[in-house]
Amino acid sequence: MPQVSLTVNGTKHTVEVEARTLLVELLREKLRLTGTHVGCDTSQCGACVVHMGGDSIKSCTILAVQCEGADVTTIEGLAAADGTLHPMQEAFREYHALQCGFCTPGMVMSAIDLVNKHPDGMSEKEIREGLEGNLCRCTGYHNIVKAIAAASDVMQGRTAELTPAAAE
Amino acid sequence: MYDFEYHKPSSVADAVKILAADPDARAISGGMTLLPALKLRLNKPTSVVDLSGIADLRGVKREGGKLVVGALTRHYEVATSAEVKASIPALAAMAASIGDTQVRNRGTMGGSVANNDPSADYPAALLALGATIQTDRRTISADDFFQGMFATALEAGELVTAIHIPVPEKAGYAKMKNPASRYSMAGVFVAKGPAGVRVAVNGAGNNGVFREAAMEAALSANWSADAVAGIKVDPSGMNGDIHGSAEYRAHLVTVMAKRAVVDAG
Amino acid sequence: MNAVQPFEGIGASVRRKEDFRFLQGRGMYTDDINRPGQTHAFILRSPHAHATIQGIDTAAAKAMPGVLAVFTSADMTAIGGIPCGWQIHNKDGTPMAEPKHPVLAEGKVRHVGDPVAVVVAETRAQARDAAEAIVVDYAPLQGVSSTEAAIAPGAPAVHDGVAGNLCYDWHIGDKATTDAAFAKAAKVVKFSTTNNRLVPNAMEPRAAIGEFDAMSGDYTLYTTSQNPHVIRLLMGAFVLSIPESKLRVVAPDVGGGFGSKIYHYAEEAIVTWASAKVKRPIKWTADRTESFMSDAHGRDHVSTAELALDTDGKILGLKVHTLANMGAYLSTFAPCVPTYLYATLLSGVYATPVIYAEVKAVFTNTVPVDAYRGAGRPEATYLLERLMDVAAREIGMDRVEFRKKNFIPTAAFPYQTPVALQYDSGDYFSTLAGALETSGWATFEERRSEAKARGKLRGIGISTYVEACGIAPSAVVGSLGARAGLYEVGTIRVHPTGSVTVLTGTHSHGQGHETTLAQLVADKLGVPMANIDIVHGDTAKVPFGMGTYGSRSLAVGGSAMDKAMDKIIAKGKRIAAHLMEASVDDVEFERGTFRVAGTDKTKSLTDISLAAYVPHNYPIDEIEPGLDETAFYDPKNFTYPGGCHICEVEIDPDTGKVSVMGFTAVDDVGRVINPMIVEGQVQGGVAQGIGQALLEAAIYDADGQLISGSMMDYTMPRADDLAPVSVATHTTLCTHNPLGVKGCGEVGAIGSPPAVMNAVVDALRDFGVNHVEMPATPAKIWNIINGHRMAAE
Repeated sequence: MPQVSLTVNGTKHTVEVEARTLLVELLREKLRLTGTHVGCDTSQCGACVVHMGGDSIKSCTILAVQCEGADVTTIEGLAAADGTLHPMQEAFREYHALQCGFCTPGMVMSAIDLVNKHPDGMSEKEIREGLEGNLCRCTGYHNIVKAIAAASDVMQGRTAELTPAAAE
Repeated sequence: MYDFEYHKPSSVADAVKILAADPDARAISGGMTLLPALKLRLNKPTSVVDLSGIADLRGVKREGGKLVVGALTRHYEVATSAEVKASIPALAAMAASIGDTQVRNRGTMGGSVANNDPSADYPAALLALGATIQTDRRTISADDFFQGMFATALEAGELVTAIHIPVPEKAGYAKMKNPASRYSMAGVFVAKGPAGVRVAVNGAGNNGVFREAAMEAALSANWSADAVAGIKVDPSGMNGDIHGSAEYRAHLVTVMAKRAVVDAG
Repeated sequence: MNAVQPFEGIGASVRRKEDFRFLQGRGMYTDDINRPGQTHAFILRSPHAHATIQGIDTAAAKAMPGVLAVFTSADMTAIGGIPCGWQIHNKDGTPMAEPKHPVLAEGKVRHVGDPVAVVVAETRAQARDAAEAIVVDYAPLQGVSSTEAAIAPGAPAVHDGVAGNLCYDWHIGDKATTDAAFAKAAKVVKFSTTNNRLVPNAMEPRAAIGEFDAMSGDYTLYTTSQNPHVIRLLMGAFVLSIPESKLRVVAPDVGGGFGSKIYHYAEEAIVTWASAKVKRPIKWTADRTESFMSDAHGRDHVSTAELALDTDGKILGLKVHTLANMGAYLSTFAPCVPTYLYATLLSGVYATPVIYAEVKAVFTNTVPVDAYRGAGRPEATYLLERLMDVAAREIGMDRVEFRKKNFIPTAAFPYQTPVALQYDSGDYFSTLAGALETSGWATFEERRSEAKARGKLRGIGISTYVEACGIAPSAVVGSLGARAGLYEVGTIRVHPTGSVTVLTGTHSHGQGHETTLAQLVADKLGVPMANIDIVHGDTAKVPFGMGTYGSRSLAVGGSAMDKAMDKIIAKGKRIAAHLMEASVDDVEFERGTFRVAGTDKTKSLTDISLAAYVPHNYPIDEIEPGLDETAFYDPKNFTYPGGCHICEVEIDPDTGKVSVMGFTAVDDVGRVINPMIVEGQVQGGVAQGIGQALLEAAIYDADGQLISGSMMDYTMPRADDLAPVSVATHTTLCTHNPLGVKGCGEVGAIGSPPAVMNAVVDALRDFGVNHVEMPATPAKIWNIINGHRMAAE
């Protein structure tokens, strides 16, 4: 059986897999990192998005063996060791950008890549278009869009702290 | 998906050798089309040959009046390449519109070209720009390369290594996305360049990417959106499905052609 | 307790407790659970819509690597069919047709996706590999997918013994008085429409793990369910004959439901039953492709409505005829959706004196159809609110004025409709006024002109609606055919040092119960949120509860908790009276403090709980130790949220694409516990309503092949399909539950589709368009525009 060595959330793993094993199957079944989800089988929903070499990818659309030597970050690897949430995680909570939580790991990972690829910030339209690869059935995206805008301000230093959601 | 042998050759020659020896082997670069098909068990390759270990197939460079794009260059790299943006901004914009961010982070121009999915974006650009596809053994003009739905001039085991794209005077692209899959359901790339005025259409035709001669003639005479506005495309050559009839797609080709000309400026 | 604690009670937008685990990938959904020795099941499903099974050869599959067992219905002779939870009676009083719904197909398949066999193997891939080696000898039969075709003479029979594929022929209201009202009408407006079939597509696919403990004889089922006790009851009592005491059902974190995870599904019974056969735990997880052909779908009505009006535009009466698709089998609550959850809402927000509605439910060769977010009320609202616009246009009256003229007056509550319901409270004029103001209704024509200058067609649409939720009074629903009670349970367990565990029979699959329900406790008992935990979703932990659907969690589940808290306070007062040497009648309680009235003598809740569990100085002969109370609450009525939704759209006439430019919702959901969560619920519901109106359609061909069987062909709303949704609330309190709450989970999906479609029709007003069927896809809109242009040429 083929073997693959890769780094996940800073830890190096060497795992035996069938050639047909997908990265998401390796993460969920071999490494028991079940935060990365599978919501479809046509590469549409984005619940499985992780980072590889800093880029967001759908872990359901890459073979584990293609990840030899790769540096993978999953949702479990985002928060700091002391438990401090990543600004994107914090913004999702502050802006109520998640309900059932199932799309959330992929949504957060995509959102971070989106922000990283737009160093000067984004319009609402750009954020919406940038989420083309992620489906959410709960929120209507309204609060996800707001959370990403607020997180990008923190991540790119336009605000020192997360802007609180408007008090209702 | 069904299991298979996995190979990761480090040279084009080694890849070709494996592919030539086994007609049921499939090459994979980004895998953005192959893997979804394998997951649905629509395909049963004996082995999968990963091209990502081959050096020198990735990157964009300008060579005189041409852009040379390595086959393994990812859509995101094309979209953000300073060279592409300066030389053929419409091609960079097209690359930025392919699939979603995650597809653009993995998918490659060579993979898209070799697969020739009828709703893929790049084939229309290459046809309209008069590009040349370089393989491990020869060069093929885009006109000869794209031969209908999922069909190309590639021989068994032949690999695309680079794409040579003449820099046009102007070029533009517009597409209507399928509401569900977000693939192109009618995309038109227009270009005015060394090969003359060319108009290529993806997504809409019932036999893959094609050139629209009447529009090319009209734009050659008068490069303006008005020139194509009155051209009715024959629905008999169009695809029809639950997202739109052949008549609708024929109409969209005209609309997108107008918008592509506006985009080209 | 802690005076500097930020206010966390009723009305505060407390950030959600559950988010910490969800945001860090530490949720525990069914597929995340792995049991020791776990095996995997793959379900072989019918590719045919309708076929007889002449034989199944499993020998080759059984010999495949890793395969532990292959089962067909021949192996399951001792188990029952999947039961239906609601029995409707025909006009003539006879019960509906209720053909058997086998767990695995018995001799015949009736829809694409009907389960035929199950393979259990060491890995999921091996199970799937082996399933391909099963040889099923099908003899295909003609199938039928649409309701109209299925009741046409000569249609293929989905079930032997069900004449004309008719499940039931039901009616409500008074035909004679309605006919009389129509006879006097100055004007009758007629309108027909189809309510499109939808696939719920919760992002988490269904999954189930069955586990049998041979030593104890206990079964455990982990499942993606909105109501674990209901599954335990249906599966234990009717399918597998397992006593409740031997069957534990756990619904852990569940990734969205929208109704589709209410029902008892075959796969739950299969993995539970088979785990005892292979003596190892068995996991099954659906691929999305399987979800499309095995999750219950929603809607699928064909209706005709007639509205009788007098010369002033006052409504005199309403007649409705509806065909509803049940699919191939009766899903758990399917029969009640197009009847008691639909036709009872046909009065809407209007003082319609008489109504008569007939509903025929029909079997077809399609996936079963059941409740999907809103369940019946979106169908009623869509029919009625499109009809109101059509009627206003026909009589030449402004559509807002026409609605206001017919609104139930605010002073008229409680209001008895002619279709059984009694609305307890509401104020439709205020929600209308609020939405008109926020949406800029009065200045719309300026935006229309500006859009026209850009070559775009702009339209605005309105919907004023009421719905019935918070289901439901047990005796009432029992008399209407429910085979269950619809009360709810809540346990308040105050621990010795004052922290609280709440056990609730409701279930959260995105609604944020761990936060909202805790706020009820924080508000009433004064316990900090951090010290309150909500436990749900496990029949081994929680008393028998009915789960979450029909926006019932707060109105029914929250009321049960409130009642249990009353018991805690009553007992606490008695203990406090003892400790403070006062009369119990003199002890007051407010937010965590017991006080002897008019004095500064106080005891905290923690003083009392400590005394209750360490009863040294305690009236032990009069009061039991402990501070742990359970209450069951049976609602007195439905609750009636209502409001006004306004949508503004722009159409690109070149492509037919409809873009939502703005959406305003002003809803009366009763008392609001957590405004942030209410807004989120409404926004999510509106997104699903916009999805229904513009994007989504489950399309079968005439024979029953599912054409839109994946997300490549079924249009799921994406971020750039939608627009910001402005949400506001205007509250009238529910008069019959202790919290005054009505429910907010479904209003978005109920009120929005007609608002969107009224806007689409308005945008096309220059084209002489009276109606557009949902979904208003680009191709459909372009066809309309093009047809008009061709006719003009």
